Amino acid sequence: MATDVEPAGVARGADAPLRALRDCVRAADADRIRLRLRGGGTKDFYGEPAAGEPLDLRPLAGIVAYEPTELVVTACAGTPLAELEQVLAERRQWLPFEPPHFGAGATVGGMVAAGLSGPGRASAGAVRDYVLGAVLMNPQGELLHFGGQVMKNVAGYDLSRVLAGSMGVLGPIVQVSLKVLPMPAAGATLHLHAGLREALALLNRWGGQPLPITATAWHAGELRVRLAGARAAVEAAARRLGDAHAARALEPQQADGYWAGVREHTDAFFDGDAPLWRLSVPSTAPAFEFPGRQLIEWGGALRWFRTEVDPSVVRQAATTVGGHATLFRGRARSGGTFAPLSPAVLELHRRLKREFDPRGIFNPGRLVAGL
Amino acid sequence: MNLSPSEQFQDGPPPGRVATPDPEPRWSDQTEPPDPQRAARIVSALRAVLPAASVLAGVEQTRPYECDGLSAFRRLPVAVCLPESEAQVQQVLRVCRAMDVPVVARGAGTSLSGGAMPHAAGIVLSLARLNRILQLDPAARTARVQPGVRNLAISEAAAPHGLYYAPDPSSQIACTIGGNLAENSGGVHCLKYGLTVHNVLRVRGLTIDGEILELGGGALDAPGLDLLALTIGSEGMLTVVTEATVRLVPRPQLARVVMASFDDVVKAGDAVAAIIGAGIVPAGLEMMDRKATEAVEPFVRAGYDLNAEAILLAESDGTPEEVDEEIARMGAVLRGAGATALVVSRDEPERLRFWSGRKNAFPAAGRISPDYYCMDGTIPRKNLGRMLAAIADMEREYGLRCMNVFHAGDGNLHPLILFDANAPGEWERADRFGADILELCVELGGTVTGEHGVGVEKINSMCVQFSPAERAAFFAVKRAFDPPGLLNPGKAIPTLARCAEYGKMHVQAGRIAFPEIPRF
Repeated sequence: MATDVEPAGVARGADAPLRALRDCVRAADADRIRLRLRGGGTKDFYGEPAAGEPLDLRPLAGIVAYEPTELVVTACAGTPLAELEQVLAERRQWLPFEPPHFGAGATVGGMVAAGLSGPGRASAGAVRDYVLGAVLMNPQGELLHFGGQVMKNVAGYDLSRVLAGSMGVLGPIVQVSLKVLPMPAAGATLHLHAGLREALALLNRWGGQPLPITATAWHAGELRVRLAGARAAVEAAARRLGDAHAARALEPQQADGYWAGVREHTDAFFDGDAPLWRLSVPSTAPAFEFPGRQLIEWGGALRWFRTEVDPSVVRQAATTVGGHATLFRGRARSGGTFAPLSPAVLELHRRLKREFDPRGIFNPGRLVAGL
Repeated sequence: MNLSPSEQFQDGPPPGRVATPDPEPRWSDQTEPPDPQRAARIVSALRAVLPAASVLAGVEQTRPYECDGLSAFRRLPVAVCLPESEAQVQQVLRVCRAMDVPVVARGAGTSLSGGAMPHAAGIVLSLARLNRILQLDPAARTARVQPGVRNLAISEAAAPHGLYYAPDPSSQIACTIGGNLAENSGGVHCLKYGLTVHNVLRVRGLTIDGEILELGGGALDAPGLDLLALTIGSEGMLTVVTEATVRLVPRPQLARVVMASFDDVVKAGDAVAAIIGAGIVPAGLEMMDRKATEAVEPFVRAGYDLNAEAILLAESDGTPEEVDEEIARMGAVLRGAGATALVVSRDEPERLRFWSGRKNAFPAAGRISPDYYCMDGTIPRKNLGRMLAAIADMEREYGLRCMNVFHAGDGNLHPLILFDANAPGEWERADRFGADILELCVELGGTVTGEHGVGVEKINSMCVQFSPAERAAFFAVKRAFDPPGLLNPGKAIPTLARCAEYGKMHVQAGRIAFPEIPRF
């Protein structure tokens, strides 16, 4: 068989760290040492508490391949997310799910493992929607390649997407291939006044119309709507919404700063010590009114609360409407971070964990307590 | 993936773990029918839980189910069950679990990879009668449907609300959403609007034990591992879907398509890269080579330029302003890339006519040749020129013609190998021709199946794409969901023994992995 295709493009220098990772994983598996897989540690606060010996994946860094015209980038897990985004931006491309960094050290592998998406999620999709392929290391130190570097691939079960949001419990993510998109040609952010219920109604109405809305955020009577796409489409939609709702356009710099603040939780809304709840619900779910503060994103499908209300009340409210609640940042973790899984789904998690990590060395308990 | 184990680990495999042992799943041999007594026991057990008319047995009744859209592979099942409710599906699964009977779920049977081909020792579980749209919520833009609902029926039901279900596989008038979930179906618009996995919020299904499994939910995400993504595209091997909630999106106000002619297929491929490079993501981007246009034009009269070596169809959708802007930009890029002619659809009938040729490429192949074999590999687009040159060489080598249609935007190739099944040796040559194309796809950094699934058809090619350890991971997933291995056994993931028999080695981006381990 011909071998004259481009050489396997492992980032130069990845060889030694990969070898070190393999040796560490094999030793841990042999001695049943639990490993706490870690990138920049910017999402240490998130998820169930971590346990085990820290295993730093940052040495495994570098962009392996990037072909702007293929809309695909492949990077080692430890690559700084900021570096990846910078390289994409140079070619006017980006990750349209706008992953939050939550700190300067965020890595590509951590982004996938945490599976968090930012303001663009409702229109553009989530991290998992952009994962085309991944390389996972198994407890024997073997590299498993799933998916690939092409847009469409249905060969084998889609294990690469499952790694998005896996919190490392299936093993260390060594490398990922991501779909990227061109940055929109034009954008505008409108600001208007609307009460809670009025805002939810508007968001759901707009969601059913062919409008180029790529992000929304409501808080305390103020609604911000980001439009992006072809210049003509943005201008037409801005005129339409502006006329109908007395909306004013924000200065571009001010708008960018606002969305970055929402994405990175540096906006004033996120200040404070009260537990931060993330309710992922159908966009049409009725308004929740817990004591405390509320910010609504994703066209109504994501509701953030800073509230001291009893966790069971929040969880129940989300479950009742077909969604789930996450204690995103909080002082007490006694009640767990994530919503409990149904018995059938929990049993599948147990079996998958047993199959992929029989000795339980990878991030034990980080996604589901006891697993 | 570029990260090649052979490159990294030349100092040998892990101690004591030369290659992950293959679990050799049960029932992977699909050819052996049960003895008549056992077959009769299975049928009577099924008739005890379903109405008599819902269990088909005997050659006359089961013959219509002997194959799916890939008719080269046929096999008769012990029985065909046609349940009408989730409760009945549950009953059937419990019988099969208790009696250790393989189950092949089936929708409309339009699969092109033999995914729904029966198992000789098992039953076909047709979900065609679970065909109701249970709820359509225009405000939430979702539809809750049973698995036997046709893909297009969802969009038709949503149309009065200005909404539609985006994935549009070519078979959408017939194929069911259950089948789409099994195959993670795409369509000509998936570059912009995504595949099935991107457009489904929730799936309700049953395990082989008959237990109800709810994956995903009413929100945009769900706690725990993303098992929804894992089951979509799993070819009926993990669960049996009984209900799905899909996302509906607003129908664009307008769509127009540009048809560009090129005097060289490589130039056409470069033009695709130029469009993407210019920051445009067209709603659809398709390529046909001259052999394809020559086959469809007399049949469809789509208005294709028969002097062109290749034509590109690039669609823009959105508001009228947006479409005008994008069409103008695409036209400029295409001219810059050497297009010899450009035609823009003036109205909706003309747009549909331009597409009709592309959508009828398969039937057109059927008109000019007694049989055709449709391949489904995906490659990084930049390798298109090499691929087409290699296919031309293979045409000479195998003495068969091949016409090429191509989801150019996402690199998904559909070479149609023309042959005559009645001519001795032609099917075997077509089969080897196809396998060669798929191996080259893997070598060029792509995959053996972009959207049609592995089924029985590409199972050997999976040996080339995945290492023993990777296939072991797939079997691990299978065991977790289906411990007795009864759901669609023997499909999609080849055993070590099968790969050894096939004799082709695992290749990753042009390199043979694990050169240090012994070969069979």
